[in-house]
Amino acid sequence: MKTFAKLSHAVVAIALASVAGLTFAAGADLGQTQQQATNWTAISMFAIFVGATLWITKWAASKTKTAADFYTAGGGITGFQNGLAIAGDYMSAASFLGISGLVFGSGFDGLIFSIGWLVGWPVITFLMAERLRNLGKFTFADVASYRFAQGPLRSFAATGTLVVVAFYLIAQMVGAGQLIKVLFGLEYIYAVVLVGIIMMMYVLFGGMTATTWVQIIKAVMLLCGATFMAVAVLFQFGFSPEALFAKAVEVHAKGDAIMAPGGLITDPISAISVGLALMFGTAGLPHVLMRFFTVPNAKEARKSVAWATTWIGYFYILTFIIGFGAIVMLPLDPAYYVDGDLALGLKGGGNMAAVHLANAVGGNLFLGFISAVAFATILAVVAGLTLSGASAVSHDLYASVWRRGNADSKTELRVSKLTTLALGVIAVLLGIIFEKQNVAFMVMLAFTIACSANFPVLFMSVLWKNCTTRGAVAGGTVGLILSVVLTVVSPGVWEAALGNPKGSALFPYASASMFSMTAAFLVIWIVSLLDNSEQAKKERALYPNQLIRSETGVGAAAASSH
Amino acid sequence: MSQEIYERIRGNPKFQALVSKRNRFSIVMITLILVAYYGYIVLIAFDKALLATKLSAGGVTSIGIPLGLGVILFTIVLTWIYVARANSEFDPEAEAIIKESQQ
Repeated sequence: MKTFAKLSHAVVAIALASVAGLTFAAGADLGQTQQQATNWTAISMFAIFVGATLWITKWAASKTKTAADFYTAGGGITGFQNGLAIAGDYMSAASFLGISGLVFGSGFDGLIFSIGWLVGWPVITFLMAERLRNLGKFTFADVASYRFAQGPLRSFAATGTLVVVAFYLIAQMVGAGQLIKVLFGLEYIYAVVLVGIIMMMYVLFGGMTATTWVQIIKAVMLLCGATFMAVAVLFQFGFSPEALFAKAVEVHAKGDAIMAPGGLITDPISAISVGLALMFGTAGLPHVLMRFFTVPNAKEARKSVAWATTWIGYFYILTFIIGFGAIVMLPLDPAYYVDGDLALGLKGGGNMAAVHLANAVGGNLFLGFISAVAFATILAVVAGLTLSGASAVSHDLYASVWRRGNADSKTELRVSKLTTLALGVIAVLLGIIFEKQNVAFMVMLAFTIACSANFPVLFMSVLWKNCTTRGAVAGGTVGLILSVVLTVVSPGVWEAALGNPKGSALFPYASASMFSMTAAFLVIWIVSLLDNSEQAKKERALYPNQLIRSETGVGAAAASSH
Repeated sequence: MSQEIYERIRGNPKFQALVSKRNRFSIVMITLILVAYYGYIVLIAFDKALLATKLSAGGVTSIGIPLGLGVILFTIVLTWIYVARANSEFDPEAEAIIKESQQ
């Protein structure tokens, strides 16, 4: 017991102090955890959440009759609602527990980390949101393939979607399994199966309508819970951040160092590369892009991102205050620490700072609430991912490529439901296979692929008139392969996850995106310029019409009536 | 949507003006966010001491904290500025262009 505690303490210390921005690249990861005593309050609260959301799913099911309802909730979501749903999609358990844990461990560095996860949103606003809504119907492939050969482009886009969804899903499923051990005191396998089944029920029966409301409810609960904690912390210090920081510096083992940047960024190339992945990767995440088709027009699409940015930014400010609150309040009660010894670290690991703080400021009932919210968070994210994976298969691969656009809505809907079922089973299996693996890099890999494969293709097809099918598919494929290969031979995977000796990684930086994204853009550019086929000429001739539609919305699919 | 309407919109100088105005605006906004974010990151990479400087003598809050929170707020404000201008200026102009083309 004691050796394990020491070991996990050492693991946290290594993770926080890791070199060359590795932690920065890895994403807030929940890591391996140790099972705690069964927490019935938390389990009951979670059961209430599941009950309520399944009741909503039942209502949503009555409204989900066509493929359009399934993919886009009939297009009737408002900008404000969609903003909350996007925030619910994006604010993961890892960012809530991981960032507050990072602040608890090293103060200031947590702030640097959270800023990176926010700056992708303005990019989507300025470049993508309204154009996506004006050109697309159900998936981002609709937009990217607007004037291109449907077969090759949609096959590529569906691959890009499924790969991103797969890595993201693994990270979420393993995170769920680790979380259930500390939050509810249940076994890993329960979490994976539970998440798989509940998520399948949301998506299968309620489609996008149910998924949207699960995400909205989760976002509101998480924002309310986090606000309560932050206010409770600030209240103790007369709402003076200076007083809070002063006390934190006084009690923290690192003293005044928590007010300054620490080991998070040491190598500028890695920092820039990671920044690129976060900034442009967000604009290439299929489950996020898909949300822009649920609103009626470009105006609401813009409003959704602005609201999403507001809520996510506000949330990161809260996690910063929560982390500092944990620094000053947890040492007052040694019961939060392993064997009651402050030097041995928090029970359940450094990521549990926010959870213990919930107990400190709101008692056992509030602890149950926060635990239930943290776990419910995973459900909402996983449902969104599955829905976008299912739509890539049914709308892009089945209806558009295989049936060449001749599939009726009913069959398409049946294919998406079958795919949802398959993806649910695959997610559970992946969760079981990867239980003991280090999956810290997977979310970052998903972002790297999104920014090196999906984003360049989307960007060039919409904004560059000379782009052709060949160019887009060649460049996107190069970006996809390069981001996977370079990530595998980077220190974070080659050494940390695969256990090869230190210094043996062929690629020295924390993120591949600076190279893979550049390569994708270059290849799209060169191959398109060299492409003189008849098809290419036709595609270039179609650009003016595409531009008119993307800029003015003329002829855009009226969301409620496709 | 008939090809004729597309041709009319394409030939309308107001459309070309709208496109280049929006592109210019997007580029300015993207540049601002890039400068703010990478400025902050580069500052951390090359001058940690500057960010660790105290706001006031005898206080503990370092300059890096309001700066970091400032980047978060700047991100949010910038997004809303874009949305406000697009909703109040670009959208009505686009609608007017579509209307003209349908006459």
